[in-house]
Amino acid sequence: MYTQTEIIRDTTQLNSNGNEGELVINVGPQHPATHGVLHLVITLNGETIKKIEPHLGYIHRSIEKMCESLTYRQFIYVTSRMDYLSAHINNLACALCVEKGMQIEVPERAQVIRILMSELTRIASHELWVGAMAMDLGAFTPFFYTFREREVINDIMEQTCGARLTMNYMVPGGTMYDLHPDFRNRVKAFIIQFKSKVTELEDLIANNIIFQNRTKGVGVLSAEDAISYGCTGPVARGSGVSCDIRKIQPYSGYEKVSFEEVLEPAGDSYARYLIRIREMFQSISIIEQLIDNIPEGDFQAKTKAVLKLPKGEFYTRVETARGELGVYIVSEGGTTPYRIKFRSPGFSNLSALNHMVKGSKIGDLMATMGTLDLVIPDIDR
Amino acid sequence: MELREEIVENNKEFPGQVVPVPGGGIIVSTFEDIVNWARSNSLWPLTFATSCCGIEMMSVASSKYDFSRFGFEVARATPRQADVIIIAGTIVNKMAPVLKRLYDQMADPKYVIAMGACAISGGPFFYNTYSVVKGADHVIPVDVYIPGCPPRPEALLHALITLQEKIKSRLTLDQLRQPNTQ
Amino acid sequence: MQNEEIKEYIISQEPEAKFDETGEWLNVIINPLSWRLLAEKLKNADLQLDYLFCLTCIDWKTHLTMVYHLTSTKYRHSIVIKTDINRIAPQIETVSDIWRTAEFHEREVFELFGVEFLHHPDLRKLILTDDFEGYPLRKDFEDPINMIKL
Repeated sequence: MYTQTEIIRDTTQLNSNGNEGELVINVGPQHPATHGVLHLVITLNGETIKKIEPHLGYIHRSIEKMCESLTYRQFIYVTSRMDYLSAHINNLACALCVEKGMQIEVPERAQVIRILMSELTRIASHELWVGAMAMDLGAFTPFFYTFREREVINDIMEQTCGARLTMNYMVPGGTMYDLHPDFRNRVKAFIIQFKSKVTELEDLIANNIIFQNRTKGVGVLSAEDAISYGCTGPVARGSGVSCDIRKIQPYSGYEKVSFEEVLEPAGDSYARYLIRIREMFQSISIIEQLIDNIPEGDFQAKTKAVLKLPKGEFYTRVETARGELGVYIVSEGGTTPYRIKFRSPGFSNLSALNHMVKGSKIGDLMATMGTLDLVIPDIDR
Repeated sequence: MELREEIVENNKEFPGQVVPVPGGGIIVSTFEDIVNWARSNSLWPLTFATSCCGIEMMSVASSKYDFSRFGFEVARATPRQADVIIIAGTIVNKMAPVLKRLYDQMADPKYVIAMGACAISGGPFFYNTYSVVKGADHVIPVDVYIPGCPPRPEALLHALITLQEKIKSRLTLDQLRQPNTQ
Repeated sequence: MQNEEIKEYIISQEPEAKFDETGEWLNVIINPLSWRLLAEKLKNADLQLDYLFCLTCIDWKTHLTMVYHLTSTKYRHSIVIKTDINRIAPQIETVSDIWRTAEFHEREVFELFGVEFLHHPDLRKLILTDDFEGYPLRKDFEDPINMIKL
């Protein structure tokens, strides 16, 4: 199986409840799945799971304490390393919070560029997720297929922003550079390539009978539980909860584009898979609406060199590829924040894992954990 | 440096020199050179990715910047079957004993590559953090360092080739520790 | 629902609450001892605030403030609840059986600030090492070995 197991306790010592035959095993922190350093301590009865306890902190880089000594222009680079697969959206959340505090008005061209970059990032993140999820279930080939599209997006980003993975492109006031002149043609070519190649993924994965048997009816999460556990993003939309921040509290020009919020009532892993595939298509339709109508103008508003937020508290919610990210800044009027809190989507999604897999087998655990789309540095911060 | 270049020149295609004799040729080489050549062309990495540099390592493993053409064919998940550990990502205080344990579980000869600014010296998380180990070489000895945050895939390929040259020129930490074997 | 209706409802349940409307959402400042009863009513009764989306703590050198951000998936209104607790032995009732997301968030606040949550099912360290001493996010936290100041 694709788990790194190591027996940590003797079974004869485990009988505080008088239960015979209970086994405690470790999955991680170093394991072949590509989620990162997650350590799960699983209590098993045979092959049936009784309890899962996540142990976190193996990548806790004390970002919140560090940001208390960085200025408002400096702390943005750190946040793109938090959830590195949707790095643009993280940077956008921080820039929006600072702009809200200082009442800066962002020009229209910058807003449209921000939406385009966010949607490209969302597609890249979901592509990598499809590859990683298939690898968790034992299929290595889709990994290479999805990285092909991801590399095209990375090259497009690199031409404009200067980096492939952690680009600090969103600044308070707009974006750091203007779009490259080739951006439009390359994105249009990518859309054509994407639409023709994504049907390959459908044939390889979604119509595969083994994949369907392994994910239908597995890891069911009801709607009340999803709200109570604080799940957001595709995890909650897979249970029928409507929670897309781009619709509830639109930011940065999302109120002007039309797209659908994808919901599925079933609540199992297959529903979460379908939602992410459909979200990729919705992102493509947003890009198609905007790519020919980018307004002219400034890409950055004029701001002072040293930013100082007024005394108060500011909260911004954005929709990353994983769910709702919240940035909460408490300011005392200086050049550095007094307290920053990042409410990460993975933290709450992970707390629902114990509830979802109780009573199922270890193979189901892998299928469920794959659909939660966890990025561990986002959880540990 | 001259020793290394001299060894690289001598062992460019295959280890050893050809001595022509009537009827063909004889290859003359040292046993150590042949073993180093075989080892360097077939290093299997351990999948150890903690944070963002892990995504660039995955990009190198996929088809655009393939690293299996250099011999890193299978990325093993268990340290008992791996030769080289590529530390991609930040090491924090809670993860350091785990890293040491993985390194101890690897069989000799083993090599270490520190990828990214975080593994070299703590990187962007150097100041004002209470939980980051300022450099993976506080925990295990490192052979090759790759700067960048994250480094480009071509930089990782350059580092892999550098490690191969280092093995062939007998300058890795593992070989310096045991100079009189073979 | 508008801020006025929410204020009326909260005043009827908790007469000592104070309000602060300078920010984006309505801020309600209450006494920590009456938090638990008010929380149950906020979730189940008229306001239907069933989604706790942020739970954190701020250290104001003389006292700590717990901040809870709540919203409703039905009516789409949001409020912010703040309570002040003292710094020497901070204690507050848990809300992890009302909103299940609070389990992990309260564990994190416990290890980073030292706030003890009464009747929490499993209060122990989550993201720091087991032998960590001190509460890192407090303003008087000093660690000369690990922290290199800029």
